[in-house]
Amino acid sequence: MTQKFDRIEKEAREAWEKSENSNTPHIYIGCATCGNATGAQSVVKTIKNKLDEKNIDAVVKEVGCIGMCFAEVLVDVIKPGHPRISYHGVTPETAEEIVESYLVNDDHRPDLALGYFGEGGPDDVEHIESGDVFKNQRRVILKNCGIIDPENINEYIVHGGYRGLAEIIGRKQEEIIDILKDSGLRGRGGAGFPTGRKWESCLRPQADQKYVICNADEGDPGAFMDRSVLEGDPHSVIEGMIIAGYAIGSSKGYFYVRAEYPLAIKRLRKAIEQAKEKNLLGDNILGSDFSFDLEIFQGAGAFVCGESTALVMSIEGNRGWPKPLPRPRTTEEGLWGKPTLLNNVKTFSVVPQILSNGADWFKDIGTEGSPGTAVFALTGKIKRSGLIEVPMGIELGKIIREIGGGILDDKKFKAVQTGGPSGGCLPEDKLDLAVDFDTLVKAGSMMGSGGMVVIDESTCMVDVARYFLDFTFEESCGQCVPCRQGTQQMLEVLNDICEGRGREGDIEHLLELGDSIIKGSICGLGQTAPNPVLSTVQYFRDEYEAHIKDKACPALVCKNLIIFQIDEEKCSACGRCRKACPVEAISGEKKVPHKIDQSKCTKCGICFSECPERFSAVERLTGKEKLAAVSGKEG
Amino acid sequence: MLKLNINGLEIEVEKGTTVLEAAEKAGIYIPTLCYHPDLPTFGGCRVCMVDADSKIVTACRAPVTDGMVVKTDTEDVRKLRLTNVELILASHNQDCQSCSRNNSCKLQEVSAFVGINPERMKRIRRSVEEVPVDVSNPFFHRDHTKCILCGICIRTCEEINGVEAIDFAFRGFHTRVSVLGDKPLKDSKCESCGECLVRCPTGSLFLAEPEFPEREVESVCTYCGVGCGIKLGVRGEKVVKVTGNKDNTVNRGDLCVKGRFGFDFINHPDRLTTPLVKKNGKFEETSWDEALDFIADKMSDIKAKHGADALAAISSARCTTEENYLFQKLMRSMGTNNIDHCARL
Ligand SMILES: Cc1cc2nc3c(=O)[nH]c(=O)nc-3n(C[C@H](O)[C@H](O)[C@H](O)COP(=O)(O)O)c2cc1C
Ligand code: SF4
Ligand code: SF4
Ligand code: SF4
Ligand code: SF4
Ligand code: SF4
Ligand code: SF4
Ligand code: FES
Repeated sequence: MTQKFDRIEKEAREAWEKSENSNTPHIYIGCATCGNATGAQSVVKTIKNKLDEKNIDAVVKEVGCIGMCFAEVLVDVIKPGHPRISYHGVTPETAEEIVESYLVNDDHRPDLALGYFGEGGPDDVEHIESGDVFKNQRRVILKNCGIIDPENINEYIVHGGYRGLAEIIGRKQEEIIDILKDSGLRGRGGAGFPTGRKWESCLRPQADQKYVICNADEGDPGAFMDRSVLEGDPHSVIEGMIIAGYAIGSSKGYFYVRAEYPLAIKRLRKAIEQAKEKNLLGDNILGSDFSFDLEIFQGAGAFVCGESTALVMSIEGNRGWPKPLPRPRTTEEGLWGKPTLLNNVKTFSVVPQILSNGADWFKDIGTEGSPGTAVFALTGKIKRSGLIEVPMGIELGKIIREIGGGILDDKKFKAVQTGGPSGGCLPEDKLDLAVDFDTLVKAGSMMGSGGMVVIDESTCMVDVARYFLDFTFEESCGQCVPCRQGTQQMLEVLNDICEGRGREGDIEHLLELGDSIIKGSICGLGQTAPNPVLSTVQYFRDEYEAHIKDKACPALVCKNLIIFQIDEEKCSACGRCRKACPVEAISGEKKVPHKIDQSKCTKCGICFSECPERFSAVERLTGKEKLAAVSGKEG
Repeated sequence: MLKLNINGLEIEVEKGTTVLEAAEKAGIYIPTLCYHPDLPTFGGCRVCMVDADSKIVTACRAPVTDGMVVKTDTEDVRKLRLTNVELILASHNQDCQSCSRNNSCKLQEVSAFVGINPERMKRIRRSVEEVPVDVSNPFFHRDHTKCILCGICIRTCEEINGVEAIDFAFRGFHTRVSVLGDKPLKDSKCESCGECLVRCPTGSLFLAEPEFPEREVESVCTYCGVGCGIKLGVRGEKVVKVTGNKDNTVNRGDLCVKGRFGFDFINHPDRLTTPLVKKNGKFEETSWDEALDFIADKMSDIKAKHGADALAAISSARCTTEENYLFQKLMRSMGTNNIDHCARL
């Protein structure tokens, strides 16, 4: 098998080298969904026009997401004999400048550059790999994302792709599974189930048909890890699935992708076609008697359809409802009643590397219980948001301080939320936590699929809990009482607390509800839905109590609990707030301090942000006492 | 046989028995809402949770394993069940007194068992979704505000009647039972058999004209030759309700729309209760003896004058097979083969 593959690899290398080594510059533009949303496509167009206009021969490639969302649009340029220089925040205008300055003349424009990759870059730009963002990362799953052209299979092959597959074909299935077991790989879909063991339990049953399914439902709010992998390195996932097909004895695989991921679907289609052309997919792969076919199934985007049994129901054309226990295991009786292997996008994508680099290589990364890396979508009140990959066991604070660059506007850190709607919020004293599957659960949160939202002092924790509960409330499938009714009840209580109707005993009510929902629900959605509430009560109980007892929102967020007021001493009567107020609640004239009519104010907060910082005359007040004082003054 | 221990009682059950069935055998009550003995299990209400070998399971679905130790009343179980019922009540339109299921309601039964406590209920935020009652079907209506989404009606329609007229629609808290396209029930495939109605554990499905009988009279449905066993519910001198007779081996309690709802003819003023004979161009009431004599005379006349082939008879689908058999025997003995039957058309 490897002989045949050697030939494919050689051809790929030749084709690639022809384009790489040609004496032309290469331009890489980050064109994943995130890049496109920031305007990458118009940058592509401008660059192509400019190159035509200047008659420059260059290769322009649309690549996936490299993870530096804070710096989009990203354009990387490699001039022959020079390292890869990365330009950030590129607009059509600066794109023209870059072509003009760097390609026409020889000015690499340090003012526009983010840095360079590789060796021997100019002194006046940063070496990206040794900078804070990258030096703490370990790119395994994302190693090709933003680097290779995802629509060109040759690039994937040249970067080591499909060798893992070529090497395992002809080997015993058990051997492959043993390597996975030895590597300690755990599923990246959230629960961290040992992948080797799952494959083994799918190999065991005898059946005329077995299925491999890749779970790309990715329904967590704010999560885009799987999408980035599919958009930036689709072949890695395809290769992982083919290997899985071989290892468990299956000839048919499905991608379950949400229909809201059109670019991922397009790239997958293309990648599947290319793999088939090269006989890496389809009938008699690499001349062996192993055949494997892949099909894309577009899901309607329900969060619960990411749950294994609901996902299977959905492919079968049924309502996407999880099956209650006791039920047969999916690995024994899954899709159409046949043994079915379901893994996450990232799980499949890392398998080829484990097989070509060996289990020990993988075990060397990460912690003993959770080898390998973790991919996070780092967002929230953080300086550098983006897609990051870190070795398991990295200190939580390091991710936030170094990779993320700390809190936006240098505010105070308050909490970090991981695991999305199934996870929890961890406070400052958990920042020294060594992040892996188990430590997060122990601390009251979870890895989930990899959302990481950083929360600063200006965020209300009750409001955060309410946000997530609102999500699970909307996404509950409605099958079982604890989840369907329980999330609604919790949400109502949280609404009351945030809106000043909180009652004595509500915290206990929430805790009790949480316990019942966790223990009584059918599937993981309900079983984890209370986590955001329970963890915020655990670590920020005082905020709940302030809302309930003092009708105060300490973070000055909950509208019903705050009022806006102008400090007469500080007001310089500039009139900005008065003009900006959409409901004309502010009165005053030149030289007369302004005043807010509380009966008209809708608490939109515009005056607060309008008042110039040097005056800072608009203030927010909260708490029974303060509010009473104000209404007393008015009355 | 498998041995298990429920609340200290040792019992033996066959393989494949569920914890709920085993408890029933031991005479132990476990509350249920979405379970129905005629139907496959659903597992959604979660009020049947018990402790089996220190794990919380739904008794209606969990199979007994050998040596299993089941506890149906631990602290944890009590709390889980209670919260579940409280949560159901939170969005339930409780007006038991004016509800047709008052006194025969599963939700009342289960609420009483778990012990609803008004102090605890005070913490609950109540919110009943406002969905209009579906009154499109002339025989029974659907009040969504009393529905506990147990799915029994849906499974009944699928498993018992094989019609699949109804299913869950929408999602999460907004889930409700509806028909294709969320239309009124009358615009669906529904055959109005009423099987869902009789299995609904609450007052969500209710008779359009509910009347509680004072007594019941066993009878046989007169609509067709199947001869389903029925119980006529009588109030005063009127038949006000028909229910299927579960003990009848023909239908085991099931009925169709005619048998269940088509009983208003019984007390109808236009109904014929004695034979009529036309005299001088007008129908007059008469006795069976006179009527039968009259028919016998006429038939003999016709046969004598025109031969047996001039006689013909049509029998009825509302007679039993035996009656129809006897009827054709009678006609053949009179020498004619001209026999037909209304159900042939
Ligand atoms: C409500 C719910 C949503 C889920 N969504 C996803 C998802 O979007 N993607 C995913 O890979 N796993 C999701 N899972 C986890 C899957 O059920 C399953 O465990 C996973 O796909 C297995 O793959 P792994 O072993 O590679 O992690 C979800 C689970 C639940 C309960
Ligand atoms: S826990 Fe929620 S999402 Fe899961 S089956 Fe129950 S209602 Fe559906
Ligand atoms: S908060 Fe909005 S509505 Fe109220 S005074 Fe300020 S600008 Fe006007
Ligand atoms: S913007 Fe500030 S300083 Fe200006 S009038 Fe309003 S409160 Fe006074
Ligand atoms: S369904 Fe039951 S609990 Fe609900 S109102 Fe009717 S009798 Fe009362
Ligand atoms: S009346 Fe019969 S056909 Fe109609 S919904 Fe109920 S079970 Fe189905
Ligand atoms: S109508 Fe009755 S049987 Fe149907 S789901 Fe509602 S409560 Fe259950
Ligand atoms: S009766 Fe068992 S879950 Fe409803």
